[in-house]
Amino acid sequence: MVTVAVVGLGKMGISHLSMVRALPGVEVVGVVDSIGYLLGVLNKYTGVPTYTSVDELLLAKKPDAAIVATPSRLHFPLVKQLLEAGISVFCEKPFTLRSVEGDELVELAAEKHLVTQVGYHNRFVGAFKEVKRLLELGAIGEVTHGLAEAYGPVVLKPQGGTWRSKSTEGGGALYDYAAHPLNLINWFMGEPEAVGGTVLNSVFSSEIDDEVCSTLYFPRNRTVSLSVNWSDESVRKMTTRITLWGTGGRIFADRQEVQVYLRDETAIPEGYQPGWNVRYTTELTEPVDFYLRGEEYTAQLAHFVDCVRNGNREGTNTFESAVVTDRVIERMLEDAKRGPGVLLSEPAAVPNTRRRPARRIVEVVRLGVRKIQSVSPGRK
Amino acid sequence: MDKLLFGDNQFFGVNHMSEEKARQQQIRFQRDEAVIDVLIDAYEEHVTTFMCTTHDRIGHIASYFLENRDQYPDLTFFPGMPYAHKYANAVTTDGMLGALKKFLPSSGRVDAAMRGASSLMSKDVTAMITMLIDAEMKMFEGLPTPVIWLQNVVTDLLLGLGFDDAFTIFAEHVRSRYNAEPGFITMNLPMLAPVLSRLGIPSPLICSNINKIGFRMPGGIDEYRKALESHAFRPVAMSVYASGAIPPDEAIQWVCEQPNIESIVFGASSRGNIRGTRQLVEKYWRK
Repeated sequence: MVTVAVVGLGKMGISHLSMVRALPGVEVVGVVDSIGYLLGVLNKYTGVPTYTSVDELLLAKKPDAAIVATPSRLHFPLVKQLLEAGISVFCEKPFTLRSVEGDELVELAAEKHLVTQVGYHNRFVGAFKEVKRLLELGAIGEVTHGLAEAYGPVVLKPQGGTWRSKSTEGGGALYDYAAHPLNLINWFMGEPEAVGGTVLNSVFSSEIDDEVCSTLYFPRNRTVSLSVNWSDESVRKMTTRITLWGTGGRIFADRQEVQVYLRDETAIPEGYQPGWNVRYTTELTEPVDFYLRGEEYTAQLAHFVDCVRNGNREGTNTFESAVVTDRVIERMLEDAKRGPGVLLSEPAAVPNTRRRPARRIVEVVRLGVRKIQSVSPGRK
Repeated sequence: MDKLLFGDNQFFGVNHMSEEKARQQQIRFQRDEAVIDVLIDAYEEHVTTFMCTTHDRIGHIASYFLENRDQYPDLTFFPGMPYAHKYANAVTTDGMLGALKKFLPSSGRVDAAMRGASSLMSKDVTAMITMLIDAEMKMFEGLPTPVIWLQNVVTDLLLGLGFDDAFTIFAEHVRSRYNAEPGFITMNLPMLAPVLSRLGIPSPLICSNINKIGFRMPGGIDEYRKALESHAFRPVAMSVYASGAIPPDEAIQWVCEQPNIESIVFGASSRGNIRGTRQLVEKYWRK
């Protein structure tokens, strides 16, 4: 039996609580939230022990693991407190708002030999797992460019009120939405070398970004364009989409399907054919023990509980992997402050000197050679 | 209850297989008239029960059929509540309590309790649940609603939490206030059936995925079969085609062979497909 506590009873916390309670071999030994009203109802109707702070929980219980689903700003202090108490932690995304804090938690968990995971559930979506598998098989050769997108109808009019509308607390489309496609790109292509062209734009919100675009730079001129908008009423619910172009073909994936175009000369994976291939969620999804909002949500918790049970510190979505995404987000915030790269109102650079450096080098070398020749004694 | 119930996923861009197909459906059905036309097609194919969510647009559809009641006297609604996305989005922008306040009439003790002015008693929780039900049912006033469903996101959330009393409160309110049979939509039939039976809710309707490939049937086909055989409830099958992954003939034949199923929910966008499903059910339904 793995004993678990749930910290934070927002939208994610409540659904995690429901799913983890339904998993076989799990006992929920405590729920923590600062709003007494919700706790009272929960305790009365489900019998789960409730606490108004992590301090209070730790005085009464020592669970094997905790699920942290509080406002993002509180992730660092609460996760730290739990790790120090020797408790393995599943933390909602984004992991921390400053990557140095994330690094500190990675080290602390390693010292204490604790299991860690961050709630990037897309890595448990059958379609995205298939993308990862295809890339590892080299199905589309070398990836040259990618497009990472997320759209949804969250902020559709001017408003504010919760922590999600404050940038200092990890609100905004960058932390809440863009983190998902970014994390997938980190999974598929690793950590970028640079970011550029980041724009965090407000559509309706007064303080935070509703729209994000950016370019991620990878070695050998590979790039990924990021396009995110959570003020998009045209989609019914959040959609996360990845498109990758490679020397051997192209992959498109969202949580429902994978569409793959493979060129003839690439190594075609088993079950695939040259040209178009489509795989649907019905064939890509592995069954779970309990279904609430999508298999991936249960699957990530089941994975975490398994890792805790077996002391496996090398699972999917460790703190270490999530810090990569935090770091990219941090640098995007920095990049966004720089503004546009080239202003059209400024005079254009002289094309010859800028665009043909090779010719300039040749000229300089030729001049140098002549000079040397002119002074060399043998030529006189 | 009819053997065939007409679902509404296709009208709102819910497609479990493809976001692209979902968008095509949203485009096709963006006008209420397009939805009404297909419902009339279904009616003329003798599929006269509409199992629908409490999506805002259903209000317009319901008004149309209330105004034209004489032309479609047999059309029956089985509302399923709530349309969860409107609540989920409200929680994201307004927080948990903010969302509750947004959807509840602001009056009396519940409001006071949520403002922290008094503690919440069980009669307040009951009042909250029944107020939410009544708010969702407004759009069906004057129309027959002999079955009222609790949507799977809510059923399964409560099931996982162990908030079993909510099922009883729902069932009792639906029976007493609307003279309707309570129904529970779930993705976890083998887990839900024994809970409802333990709560003593008499022969509830339970609607769950039942398809030949076991798509979204947690616990597996064998566990589902066992639950169906227990027969302490009235089973309704949904997702019988597994979003199109099973050929129609094979899908319906298999579902009709499963024990005790009272009805099948399906969605279709054309009269031809509605007729196709009706004919398959006529062919394979156990005599």
